[in-house]
Amino acid sequence: MESIIGEIVAKYNYWIYVVLMMIGFYAMIGKRNLVKKLLGMNIFQTSIILFFVSTGVKKGGAIPIVDKYQALAGGVDAATIVNPLPHVLMLTAIVVGVSVTGVALAVLQRIYKEYGTLEEDEILEKTQR
Amino acid sequence: MRDIHEHSAGEDLVIKTSVRLLVPFIQLFGLYVIVHGHYSPGGGFQGGVILGASFILLALAYDLKTSQDYMPIWANALLGNLGPVIYIGVGALCAIFGGLFLDYSALDVLIPLGPVEWRSFGIFLVEVGVGLAVMSIMLLLYWNLSSGGALDEGL
Amino acid sequence: MKALALLATLVTGALLLYGTRDFPAWGDPQAPASAYLSPVYIEKAVEQTHVPNIVTAVLGDYRGYDTMFETVVIYCAGMAVVSVLRRNREE
Repeated sequence: MESIIGEIVAKYNYWIYVVLMMIGFYAMIGKRNLVKKLLGMNIFQTSIILFFVSTGVKKGGAIPIVDKYQALAGGVDAATIVNPLPHVLMLTAIVVGVSVTGVALAVLQRIYKEYGTLEEDEILEKTQR
Repeated sequence: MRDIHEHSAGEDLVIKTSVRLLVPFIQLFGLYVIVHGHYSPGGGFQGGVILGASFILLALAYDLKTSQDYMPIWANALLGNLGPVIYIGVGALCAIFGGLFLDYSALDVLIPLGPVEWRSFGIFLVEVGVGLAVMSIMLLLYWNLSSGGALDEGL
Repeated sequence: MKALALLATLVTGALLLYGTRDFPAWGDPQAPASAYLSPVYIEKAVEQTHVPNIVTAVLGDYRGYDTMFETVVIYCAGMAVVSVLRRNREE
């Protein structure tokens, strides 16, 4: 028991991301409303982004903006600066997420114009008639 | 340009006045974030979103027509096309002047700044392109989604 | 149906939590994610590009292709929204 609690406390950040991911995943597969599915997808994406940013953390590390002249003269110690690569990847992933949300909302507007509802089972009934 | 009070009647005076006063500063801050991306947190994506948000704020406080007075539809489409063209054009220029695609140090033959300084300046050019594209696409998404594609009334 | 969805969610979450046992601890400087490629970026970026903000240097120079297609992606998203919602206008 002690070891399990110690494990949870040492890696609580991963537990937060997994719980967020489970909320988003349940909304995506368990809900009937298409807008709720889209919101679930956004929550899922947020958990992935948080996870990636957290992999770049170094304890006691500074932000990845250095003093230019000092760095040119003496070089940079990589252990004192957090990993910039996940930040770059997630910067682009956030923008892609906004684009995906925009396109999905546009398609949902078309679906609502066509069928008059956003409930999945009602749309399925109307398409099979 | 039409008068700003012409379109929307019956909205809250406090919101309208404060938005009208805030928007120039938000746009200035967006430009600062784009051009200061080399030395502080910022860059094309973030600054572009801030610039787009200033116009979205106008559309929220007044209506779509007011934001289209400040940023006409044709100008928005032009800027949105210009962004990717700047980015890909800079990359193609590098290839034309003897380097690899997107290797900015090859542009040294145009203006002799030195290859390392050109890599810094090339990043700046590219960020401007990204900022323009993000700004106009954000605004386009809001206009289209809030008015159902009609681009006239909206929320 | 909802119970099945809940079951699938819980199983996925349990599997992921089981997987985190092998992950490095929070803020570990020796983590595999920051051991191989990123020290090269941190040490060489300022010298090679003269940009103090390493994130901008990696975004605009080293990963230029990534950012270029990123711009193309949001451009395509804008065009997709316009062309999907254009049919609303015509009706």
